[in-house]
Amino acid sequence: MTEVLDTDYDNRIIRVQTGRTNISVTGAVEEDGFFYAPDPSSQLACAIAGNIAMNSGGAHCLKYGVTTNNLLGVTMVLMDGTVVEIGGAHLDNAGYDLLGLICGSEGQLGVVTEATLRILRKPEGARPVLIGYDSNEVAGQCVSDIIKAGVLPVAIEFMDRPCIRATEAFAHAGYPDCEALLIVEVEGSDAEIDAQLGVISQIARKHNPVELRESRSAEESARIWLGRKSAFGAMGQINDYMCLDGTIPVSALPRVLRRIGEMSKDYGLDVGNVFHAGDGNMHPLILFNANTPGDLEKCEAFGADILKLCVEVGGCLTGEHGVGIEKRDLMGTQFSDEDMVVQMRVKDVFDPDWLLNPAKVFPLSASESHRAAQSEVAA
Amino acid sequence: MLSPRDERDVSAAVAAAEGPLRIFGGATRQIGNTVVGEGLCTAGLAGIELYEPGALTIVASAGTPLAEIEAVLAAENQRLPFEPSDMRGLLGTSGDPTIGGVVAANVSGPRRIQAGACRDSLIGVRFVDGRGTVIKNGGRVMKNVTGYDLVKLMAGSYGTLGVLTEVAFKVLPGVETRASVLISGLTDAQAVAAMSQALGSPFEVSGAAHLPIGEVGLPLTMLRLEGFADSVAYRAGKLTELLSGAGEISVETDPERVRAMWQELRDVAPFHGRAGDVWRVSVKPSDGPGIAARTGGELFYDWGGGLIWVLLPEGTDLRARLGDFAGHATLIRSSVENKARFSVFQPEPAPVAALCAGLRRQFDPKGILNPGVMG
Repeated sequence: MTEVLDTDYDNRIIRVQTGRTNISVTGAVEEDGFFYAPDPSSQLACAIAGNIAMNSGGAHCLKYGVTTNNLLGVTMVLMDGTVVEIGGAHLDNAGYDLLGLICGSEGQLGVVTEATLRILRKPEGARPVLIGYDSNEVAGQCVSDIIKAGVLPVAIEFMDRPCIRATEAFAHAGYPDCEALLIVEVEGSDAEIDAQLGVISQIARKHNPVELRESRSAEESARIWLGRKSAFGAMGQINDYMCLDGTIPVSALPRVLRRIGEMSKDYGLDVGNVFHAGDGNMHPLILFNANTPGDLEKCEAFGADILKLCVEVGGCLTGEHGVGIEKRDLMGTQFSDEDMVVQMRVKDVFDPDWLLNPAKVFPLSASESHRAAQSEVAA
Repeated sequence: MLSPRDERDVSAAVAAAEGPLRIFGGATRQIGNTVVGEGLCTAGLAGIELYEPGALTIVASAGTPLAEIEAVLAAENQRLPFEPSDMRGLLGTSGDPTIGGVVAANVSGPRRIQAGACRDSLIGVRFVDGRGTVIKNGGRVMKNVTGYDLVKLMAGSYGTLGVLTEVAFKVLPGVETRASVLISGLTDAQAVAAMSQALGSPFEVSGAAHLPIGEVGLPLTMLRLEGFADSVAYRAGKLTELLSGAGEISVETDPERVRAMWQELRDVAPFHGRAGDVWRVSVKPSDGPGIAARTGGELFYDWGGGLIWVLLPEGTDLRARLGDFAGHATLIRSSVENKARFSVFQPEPAPVAALCAGLRRQFDPKGILNPGVMG
């Protein structure tokens, strides 16, 4: 199911079958100057159906939002085989926002076969500025000051020293050897970009950066993005790694990075941090050796501790990868039993026999006792 | 009437309720069917719990006046992205609109087409379900797929799934200035085509509306630009160039006049003090003119043609005139009898209606939360 069913530039929508990859949605409209905004790093491979199931985002969601903000309608097969249309080419719903409920439900409510997506006209241009700091606190403060100044960058990316060093050794992007690196990208005409980068650079200078490099051309932009885009590959060169996906309030960044550093020493495992700083979505990469007995278990325990920390500072377990099986047993750190029961009751409505991805999202102990209670009521 | 002071009070009141509850905040947006039951006013749950301008995040108790939220944001040059309307002028209500009411009705103004609806900025809720249980969902971060997204479900559910006690939003920076590119003399179809062209351009239009009868009696098409002054001037020039074939174009650059004209549109001012029923129709923009012609009423367009506000003689069955169409029509203002007769909200296909009824039973098994308000 990979076809484009309708492309409608007047109404700025595209309708696709949901097996189509994320990047090929943009691919279908980019010659005409349009794009589909959510751009998860896995966009070469990931399907729109999966994006809907996980409410995927990407680097640009500070400005453009995540999947749920760009999804207008779906065709969904319900558990009894009924096919329903929810939403469509118009905006908002007549009754309850079922579209919002389906998005991010990890395939537990029905099978989405077609989707109507919002497409946007490409901006005239985009260019980043690279800013290096000697402290995570200062970098975090700079992000906060940029946002407070009224500029809305399309992306604010953050990398810490372990990540900078690894990518530098791998991709030779010319990054400074510093504690924290920011890549801030803005969009518009050349003059608009210059003006916004001017405001950002002025703010950045007040915090005494060790490096500040405004891109003046497509080549310079590509060079600035090179390291960030090869970060996962670079870390993979060093060792096996596990990528996490917790989200934190941006203000908690320095505290969280400090604590991750301490935990890294305790566990004896290195970690590099790549972070969508504009929206708080962290992707810590924990390095381990799959051939060393016990390393994977240690890595998983470390990962769980980082996710608990994300919740403790006011964030969440997963920003865009989903709970799945891996994180289901951590749900209790974020939600009370009652919070989870209400969610499980939603599943009861759509899938009374719990046949769709039944083992995902909820701890098995919780879903089993909930279902036992339900069947008692029914009996 | 029940006037809870905090979430625990709400929980106790709902748990103890034996009959229907009529839940409201400021009672300024009485849009659904009339609910007969004991009043439960959330205005006592007021106050901003957390505001972090550097993280673009605000969290407030549901009864907090909208005006207070907007003032606190404005002091930091920030704003709610979705431009919530004030329905007092249209509905003849008084009182203070609350942020919980805005969420319960998923209110969004002209900026909906660029920045999304209320539900798109809403990132967390706390509510009391029909059993009296306190539930939280979402949080205070904008990227979150931990468990089901009940945040979106609560937006626009008019209090039928739970009593909102706290809401959290992603906000946006305010703007340095704004301008409107104005085109006069277009037919509805020409106007929607021009708006589509503008919205399909890279010039970040944040409002696109068409009044078939504008201030001076001629059709007026309005396109709004917001941002830094140089950028707004640049984009106004580009849009004027792009639409040069469309009609007589001018640019309104007085930010105060621009603000006022979009506020009037947002609040449906053209129908203030006018007798008759008011309908709100959401369609695919290019379908707008055809659908509009079938209404037989006085009307204007927002959302690039995708939202049509219609004024009709009292008791007109608009849905009968429209027949089958892709979209939905909501009866925003009418008599109690007509609201009950026509159903305020567009009836949904049976399988979808069954899912909604199933959700209502799960969240409110006693059927006490604003029963019947959505039909």
